[in-house]
Parts: sequence; C-alpha cells; structure tokens
Amino acid sequence: MKTGEIRMSKFDKLVTNAAGRVVPTVINSKPAVPFKGIGKFKPSGHKTAPPITTCADYPADGNKVVSSLKEALLKCGLTDGMTISTHHHFRNGDRVALQVFDAVNEIGGKEMMWFPSASFPCHEPLIKYLEDGTIHHIEGSMNGALGRFASEGKMNGLGVLRSHGGRYQAVQDGDVHIDIAVIAAPSADAFGNANGVNGPAACGLLGFALADSQYADKVIIVTDNLVPFPCIPWQIQGNYVDYVVVLDQIGIPEKIISGTTQITKSPDRLLLAEWTAEFCDEAGLIYDGFSFQSGAGGTALSIGIYFADILRKRGWKARFARGGSNKYLVQMLEEGLTDYILDGQTFDLEGVRSMRDNPNHVNTSPFTSYNYHGKGNFSSLVDIVILGATEVDVNFNANVVTHSDGLLLHGIGGWQNCLFGKTVILPIPLFRDRIPVIRDEVTTLCGPGELIDVIVTERGIAINPRRTDLIEKMKGSPLPIKTIQELKGTAEQICGIPEKPELTDEIIAVIKWVDGTVLDSVYKVKE
Amino acid sequence: MGELVTVGNKGNGVRSDCYITLEITSSGGKELDLESRVAAMYGKDIRKQLMDILNHFGISNCRINVEDFGALPFVIAARLEAAVNKAMKTGKEYFIPELKGNQYSSSRDRNRISRLYLPGNTPSLMINAGIHNPDGIILDLEDAVAPEKKDEARYMVRNALRGIDFYGAERMVRINQGDRGLTDLEFVIPHHVNLILLPKCEHAEQVQAVNDKIRSIQDRYGQKNPVWIMPIIESALGVINAYEIASAAGNVVSLAIGLEDYTADLGTSRTTEGTESFFARSAIVNAARAAGIQPIDSVFSDVADMEGLRETVLRSKVIGFDGMGCIHPRQIKIIHEAFAPAIEEIEKAKKIVIAFHKAEEQGLGVVSLGSKMIDPPVVKRALNTINLAVKMNKLDENWRDTYE
Repeated sequence: MKTGEIRMSKFDKLVTNAAGRVVPTVINSKPAVPFKGIGKFKPSGHKTAPPITTCADYPADGNKVVSSLKEALLKCGLTDGMTISTHHHFRNGDRVALQVFDAVNEIGGKEMMWFPSASFPCHEPLIKYLEDGTIHHIEGSMNGALGRFASEGKMNGLGVLRSHGGRYQAVQDGDVHIDIAVIAAPSADAFGNANGVNGPAACGLLGFALADSQYADKVIIVTDNLVPFPCIPWQIQGNYVDYVVVLDQIGIPEKIISGTTQITKSPDRLLLAEWTAEFCDEAGLIYDGFSFQSGAGGTALSIGIYFADILRKRGWKARFARGGSNKYLVQMLEEGLTDYILDGQTFDLEGVRSMRDNPNHVNTSPFTSYNYHGKGNFSSLVDIVILGATEVDVNFNANVVTHSDGLLLHGIGGWQNCLFGKTVILPIPLFRDRIPVIRDEVTTLCGPGELIDVIVTERGIAINPRRTDLIEKMKGSPLPIKTIQELKGTAEQICGIPEKPELTDEIIAVIKWVDGTVLDSVYKVKE
Repeated sequence: MGELVTVGNKGNGVRSDCYITLEITSSGGKELDLESRVAAMYGKDIRKQLMDILNHFGISNCRINVEDFGALPFVIAARLEAAVNKAMKTGKEYFIPELKGNQYSSSRDRNRISRLYLPGNTPSLMINAGIHNPDGIILDLEDAVAPEKKDEARYMVRNALRGIDFYGAERMVRINQGDRGLTDLEFVIPHHVNLILLPKCEHAEQVQAVNDKIRSIQDRYGQKNPVWIMPIIESALGVINAYEIASAAGNVVSLAIGLEDYTADLGTSRTTEGTESFFARSAIVNAARAAGIQPIDSVFSDVADMEGLRETVLRSKVIGFDGMGCIHPRQIKIIHEAFAPAIEEIEKAKKIVIAFHKAEEQGLGVVSLGSKMIDPPVVKRALNTINLAVKMNKLDENWRDTYE
C-alpha cells in the first residue's frame, strides 16, 4: 500500500468548548466530543471488547515463543493503518519501541498509528518513520524532538495527548482500538505471564500496559529474561497474550532509572519545598492518617522529605503515599511513616526492590488510580497532591505540555488525573530565566483552574479564591500569602510584560480531558 | 575604530546572562544580530533596549551581536554599557530606573548575623538572593570576580543595586584593594549602597582613604545617606592593628575576619576546629567590642557540610562573634538558627527582664530573682537576648502581655 492512500481529515468542524477553547469535533476522521465541563459529560453504551479466542488455537504446552518481533508481527496479521501500542515503564532506557518499528518497516508496513503510554528523548529516531510514512501519527505524549516535529506541523495526522487515566479510558471505551500491543517485560514465561520486578531491565510495575493486555486484538510480550512457567508475580496475565519474543536487550538499566530522583540542591527549589510543606502544615492538611502524592521532580522529592520530618516529629504516619516510588518513599515505608505505597511508576532500584519484597508496596494501574470512566478511582481520595506546570494563568488554569513560545515539549502523564485530589498544590518558580510562569491566559489548557488550589512561588503563595477554607486557615500565617494577580505583577515588574507567542491557526494536536472530551488544541508554531 | 570587544558570559550552564560582541564602525548604521532564548516573548523589547542604550551613547554605526540566555533588562543594560565603555571612551553612564524600594538606609546596629556573598559578575545568583532572607547581601567585586572581568562587574553590581529587590537585606559591596577599590566606589556610592566591605585591611589609613572618597562622591551627588564600613582583617598585621582599624571612623560598624588569607599569611592552613585561628578570632572580637562595634566571623567554605557549619557557628557564637558570612543560601538558615538565642537562654532572660521591670516599677535600685541579686551587666545581656529573639521571630514582641 502506498503512502497517502489512506485519506484522513486531520481535523475538522471547529467549535468553542465549555472552557472557551476552540477545538475540532473531527479528529483524524473520527468524531470527537468537545469538553463540557468537569463531570458534565455522561458516557453511554458499553465498554469495548476484544474478540473471543479459543484455547484450541494456542499451544497446549503453553509455549508461545516465536523467533523474532517480525515473525510475531506477521503472525498478528500486521496490516497498513493499524494501531500499535508500546509503554514507557523503561522511560528513557526503552529499546523496544524502536525495534518494533524497525520490524514494521522491514515488513513494509505503512501508515501505522503509534499509541505509546508516553514517549521519551530516546524515541527521537522514530522521526524517520514519521517522515517515510511507516508511522502516520502518534497518539500519546510527544516529548522533546518528537514534540518539536509535531509543533512544526510535520506529522501527517493530528497528535492526541491523553493523561494516563485518559489513555485507559480511551482504550476501555473503544475510542482507541489497539490492533497490536507490544508489552516489554523484564521477566516473562513462554505462556506470556510477565512482571517488572525481576530481570536485568527490572522497572517495578507494568500498570501502563494493563489496558492494552485486556483490550487489544493481539498482544505480544517482549522480554530479555525468559523464565520457566510460572513467572511470578504475574502482573500481566499470559491468558491475554498471543506471542512471546525474546530479545537481547529490552531496556538500558541506567536509563530506566529516572534522572529526576535526586532531591534538589537548588536553594530556590528547596525554599519552594519548605514553604509548600509549611503551608500544608499550617493549613492542617497534614494529620495522623493523611495521604499524599508527590512526583519525581527534585522539588517534589524534597517536599516528601519535609512531610516525613513533620510526621516523625509528631509520631504520626500517613495512611498511604501515592508514588512514583523512589528510595525516599521506600525509606518512609520502612521507617513506618506510611502504611502503604500505592505505586503507579517505580523510579529507582530501591523502589523495584521494595515492590518485589514488601506487600505494603502496592502495584497499581491507571484503572485503579486514574480511570475516570470507572466506578470511582483513588486519585480523589488523596489529601495533598503536589504537581508541576509550565504555565498557570490568573484563573489558576494550568499548562503542562507546551512552553510559552508554543512549542509542544511534554506529555500530560498522570497530571490531569491527580487534579482530583483534595488539595492540589503547584510549587513553581515565578519566572524561569526571564519567562514568567503566571500568564493572563495559558498557551495550552491542560487542567481547569477550578481543580487547582494553591500556587507556591519563591515570591509568594496564591490560594485559589474558591478555597475559602484555606484562605481562612492561612490568615495571620507568616508565609507570604498573595493574590495570583499580585504574583503576576511581581513577575512582570522583574521580567517585563511578555508578548503572546505568534502561532499559526493550524492545529497539530489536541489535549483530551480525563473523560475523553477535547479540552484544547495545540497549534503549529511559526517558522 | 574597528576593535572587536566582548563582554558577558556564555557556555554550558550560563543562565540569566548574555554575551555581547561589539565593534564600532564608521558607516553602515547599527547592525544588530540577536539570538535569544526568549525571542518569542521579549525579542522586540530587547532590540528596543539595545538601540536606546546605543543612542544614549551617541553610537550610530556599529556591528553588535547579542547571545541572550534569558537575561533580565538590568543585565542586558550592564553588559551593553560595559561593551561600549570597553570599545570607546564615553564619559557617560547609563542608569536603569532605580527601584523606589531600594533607596533605604540601614541602621548602625542592625542584625548582621548572616551576609550572603554574591559574585559581582554572575547575575543569575543575584536575582533570587533576597528571597532567602539573609541579613545582608554582598555584591562582590573582589575575589569572586576573575581579573579580566572586574571592569564589567562594576556595571553589573551598580545595576543590581538599582534594579534588584533584595527584600530588605542590607545591601553591601566588597570593593577591591587599593586604587581599584577607590574607583569601585564611583560605581556604587551614588546608588544607595548601605555598607562597604574593605578587604585586606591592615591600617586605619585605609579606612580613612575610603571614607574620604565616599565623602567626595556623596558631596558631588548631594547625598547624605549613611554608608557603613566593615573592614575585613585578613593578615597577621591586620590582627595586630585591629583596634586601631575598628575605631578608625564613626561609620565603621563591624569588623570581620577573613581566614583563608589570614591562615596563608601565618603559613598554616584552615582546619574545621580552627585551632590555628583561635588567637586571631579572639583578638578581632576583643578589638571590635573595645570599639563598640560588631565582630563578624569568616565564611564556612564546605557548602555540602551542614553539620560542620552548625558546629562552626556554635563555636563562633561562644567566642563572641555576632555573625558570619555565607557563600550559599542554604547556609543562611543554619547560621540564623545557631546564632539565635536557645530556648533555655530566652526563658532565663525572660525571668530576669520581668524581675528588672518589677524592680523599676517598685522603684527598687536592685534587681533580684528569688534570693539572688542580679548584676546590671546580666540584666543588659538578658535584654539583648530578648531583643534578638524578637528580631529573629523566636519570641513575640508582646511576650510580656502573656507571661505568667
């Protein structure tokens, strides 16, 4: 099949959604629902279902190993225009996505949709397949060079960015139909049972691949550590798996460890961390049995350490800490400062060890933690959530995907899902070099301001006017409580008033909200 | 004409700065080549600012290349002015607007527990210095600036004094030694600097020379705001002359010691225990107290060793120092905590102060606590402790209202 024969409408039928943003209602030729407001969109119908299979078609000895990725893809019936998924539990050390598309290219496959749970700088070589038509477009985060490629309008289809929970929702609801899921597994048996806690590429858990295993038409497990049946724990169950492929190396261990798992040494960031912890304490958000989530960034890690200090001093403990786990959180668990770690992504080898050995270090998935089209999820049970942002506007709306010059450089991750926590705090510098973080309007809307409660900057802390309870509690606090307008004024007094970035009106990607509706559009940057 | 000059910093890790290459030409107008990390937001602003400054200096023909790494306007102005002055004699200065809030003076006996050194040619470290709440910030023109960068640092420090909000910190400048230091004063005195640090001070005459220069500059500008002096003793001879230096002029408010140079002068090296400098430190404390000014300790140079810092500060307090220098914002909090009166000290001081007030109310000449008489110096020290505790937020100002 020749490139271009699959005709798609990248985007069409623009409307203004409930957030006041112009979004397409046709995306890559498929209909899409504009954002209706938080909790306003009511889905109907039934979840999607994969085809019924029979054991008669699978080897009775349980050996599903085939010789190569290419053979597995051919056996899966690889056809042009298919959707192929991979996952990001190896982060920047992933060696699987590239090998998958090398095999697709070798077979001569065209116009694939790549559906990663996230992309990393290591995926930059895939640009050649976007250019030669092997890959038609990406639905998933586009980081660094891939984001730049999309921002320059070079991708054939429209990019679709979803949160981790939104990705589960999209698969479950049938918004995205995965033809072939390729799941990288640090340990697997020939039947397809797999886990992430053992093997040279151990990464902790495989939760991001859960939806793919459950809903894809075909599932391929790729491992570099084949063990005899049974592979325990079986985080991914072999009963969902069609083929198993053994490769020399699926991930580069030192790059699997995330680069942001050291506490910050920057005095400015430490100040943000200190004020954030003090704020939580003064506002009474920390109590015996509370829960918190803080990410892997240096500031967030330091906040966790301040929380631990407070708990230790008072003889309290958290009921659970939501990870991204890392050695600091593991120390808290082992010191008895938290009953559980509910882990969504393991950031270092201490996290992997703890998950393997400690039953209170729990393997979670986007289904349990984030999926908005479920019967609840635990992100709304978390007391304190610490997140980042590239920009925040005067209405507390926030952006995490584009920079102020309009370039798409980051994915959403679990960020949108975490906004449902009880108190959401963004500790961010008021300006980065000369670029103010608080704007009149965010370049790209990723999270509605009604879900964002507190902005902590080095020159003051702003509380969302909706949180009258917090405003009341912080009266008389020694912390510098300001309005968000005051903070914006301070930044502009120092940096000058920035011009709005000049963007084209050509949409290159959309931001989905957690319920699958379209929250905002990302535009092509000017040359 | 045609000499190519460069100023500023570039390379790995350089932020909030810019690198300017300038060549004055004789025709062809102003050719500006700007490459900026923030072009999308501030490209027009930056171009306009550069042109305004060139016009101010009457330059109509030049080739100028600016590599910008997110420099704030005060930095861009300092860099371009330095470049222009390197390329030609202008006899002019270019002043950025002075923040209204930067026109404050400091009081003679204010706290000088922590003072944070900021290299005078590194703007990225200056911008957020005030948020860490040091008692003072030191814009350093001396040892923290490479010799070939000392001229351009003067413009940066002057613009920092005018344009950065240090949130109430006492704004200090460490000038160079000798004649260069006296010229440094031309760049900072007219801009509400609060205190001048005088390095490698060995004689009272050095203080007087600096004061003469300050006075002549202030007279020229019609300014009368106080400019305090903190001489730094960094040699054996300086230690011997410490009292003479401490009492050299009425505006000398503190006497500091610099141990790196002092130990080198002695032919020894610094240890964490500080045995080698015990005499000098005691001598400085004694000289300063005799002259009625604050003795200030040297810096602790291992920024990663917080425990070592804490021990050093506690020792410093025991010797009698009132404060210490910092070379990293993370040191400030520890220095404040360690110099602050301990809870037991405050409790004891409270009892004495209450007894003192009671005696005053009852018109008694003698202060007593239980069966013990309290001597006047003990009362004075207790009052000092309470004042310090209040200043450092360890005690409420109105603590006596609730004291039981």
